[in-house]
Amino acid sequence: MKNRILKLIKEQSIWIILIFSLIFFGIMTANFFSFRNFQNILLQTSINGIMAIGMTYVILNGNIDLSIGMIYALCAAVVIGFQSLGIVPSVLIALAVGLIIGAINGIFVAKAEINAFIVTLAAMIGVKGLLFVYTGERAIIGTNLNFTYLASIRIGFMPLPAIIFIVLLIIGEYILRNTSHGRNAYAIGGNQDAAEKAGIDVKKHIIINFMLSGGMAAIAGIIAASRMNTATTTLGRMDHLWVIIAVVLGGTNLNGGYGSLIRTLGGILVIGILNNGLNLMNVHTFYNMLIMGIILILVIYIGKKFEVTKS
Amino acid sequence: MSNGKLGKFSKEKILLILKKQGILIFFAILLLSVSLVSDKFLSLRNITLVLRQVSITGVMACGITFILISGNYDLSIGSLLSLTTVIVINLHDKIGPVPAILITLVVGVLIGIINGTLVGYLKLNSMIVTLGMLTVLQAVTLIYTGGTYSAISNPEEAWFRFFGRGYVFGIPTPVIIFGLFVIFFTIILTKTVYGKYLFALGGNRTASLYTGIKENYITFITYIVTGLTTAVAGIMMGSRMMAAQNYIGEGYEFTVLTAVVLGGTSLFGGSGSVIKTLVGVLILGFLSNAFIMLGFPYYVQWIVQWGIIIGAVWMDVASKRGKLWA
Repeated sequence: MKNRILKLIKEQSIWIILIFSLIFFGIMTANFFSFRNFQNILLQTSINGIMAIGMTYVILNGNIDLSIGMIYALCAAVVIGFQSLGIVPSVLIALAVGLIIGAINGIFVAKAEINAFIVTLAAMIGVKGLLFVYTGERAIIGTNLNFTYLASIRIGFMPLPAIIFIVLLIIGEYILRNTSHGRNAYAIGGNQDAAEKAGIDVKKHIIINFMLSGGMAAIAGIIAASRMNTATTTLGRMDHLWVIIAVVLGGTNLNGGYGSLIRTLGGILVIGILNNGLNLMNVHTFYNMLIMGIILILVIYIGKKFEVTKS
Repeated sequence: MSNGKLGKFSKEKILLILKKQGILIFFAILLLSVSLVSDKFLSLRNITLVLRQVSITGVMACGITFILISGNYDLSIGSLLSLTTVIVINLHDKIGPVPAILITLVVGVLIGIINGTLVGYLKLNSMIVTLGMLTVLQAVTLIYTGGTYSAISNPEEAWFRFFGRGYVFGIPTPVIIFGLFVIFFTIILTKTVYGKYLFALGGNRTASLYTGIKENYITFITYIVTGLTTAVAGIMMGSRMMAAQNYIGEGYEFTVLTAVVLGGTSLFGGSGSVIKTLVGVLILGFLSNAFIMLGFPYYVQWIVQWGIIIGAVWMDVASKRGKLWA
């Protein structure tokens, strides 16, 4: 009985953390529980949230993608840089860039069997190089005002970026639960050799998931570019960390095989609320970084503890 | 021994030499071809410049070689370099150079103790934990300075400049420090029991546990070594720049990793040497320099590093399984 309760707490811990952080910031700050602030939180979390969708797929396979922050920054620059071709072509080009880099990552991980951590760490610095070469180290400023209008569209009370995030999340969760690609994602993460022996085309699924991760980073970059109308070389520096922390905090297992997008949503919301609340409390962003780093280490520690007691 | 056998033997031997020394041959070709295009490239002045530039990476790479051989990672060193550089610069005018240097070294050891406890005793995944520490240490750096730029007020008069800008018998001090580190770390790795344990841990963890090696303790000590080498690098960096911005060490974890892997130390533990690392550090240094000599902007080398690290690790993996693609 005690074990069952412990298990329940462990499995649903993200929602408990969410409730506690809501209560904490509700007490500590005056304007936290306002309609406008929640709208803000949704808008602020949508960019990292979209990236977290792709990351969840990659982590479910037991891999990781450190390059998304830089893919996000590069795609933001590309979508503004190609604006003269029109909005649709520039968006498609940015998407293609994200998918191609994701595919490169996926091919090296799946077909050359190099550790995903190394592949994407290398891609992170390489894509940063591409970003600097493409922008020539300058900020790119957009000229097409229709493009900037996109991110400010509201449907009802919901900003468009938040709607895109939620729609992608629902589709992503549906795929995970109801399609063979989703089931195979869990199988590969659970035991890659067994999945291979069961006839699953492991390599194909891994490559697709890295492409998903790159593609989602591209979408996030396009939205960010639309919101800011500029792309700088300092964009995306820490985003891969935030996203990984959100996914792991949500309870998706870094070794693969266990997790879901609903959990990731929980992680994303907690981080969004934490950032927003600390901001309202006038805590400097330096401390957010500190807290996030410590949370990441704590989550790994707790995960490890639980693993030991289970076996 | 018949002539035929001898012939076959020598052919195999050539292949073996190519495989083992391929990196040196690549290095020689690189040096020659760039020197054909730019006559400044192999000038004494430029060689000294490159040696001075790589010495900071090199000192850090000595520590990382130990970590990699033991089968772990440390990605926090870039942020630790930022932190230690900022601390030594910031404290220099406040409490004097010697206390500042001592405190910087202590900070390096303390961070090593934290990393070592997390990985060695709590057995957490070293990649993720040190990635977390990368964030934590960068935040600590920013909190420490409040986001401001630190500088030493009289850079020309401070004797502290010796470590980064000084000379001993005409050789730049950082190069001498790097050289001493290479010798010292080679001796530790090849002549001491600790060195043997490092290889044993990285080579076959389970087997080494049965032989009674205190795995936790060895890992713990190795992170302290890395913390200390990074603190020394921070002092050299501070002394060279005489000022520090908060992100000064950003990306160094990757440059160091690239250099070590390029030299031929395996990312999977159990093999490597400090001399290999020296070669890797030099090649990467001359490569970056060559790009600038050829007129490319500095960030082009990041794209090249992407290729180098994937290529080097790929060759390592491929030679173990006997084919390129799995």
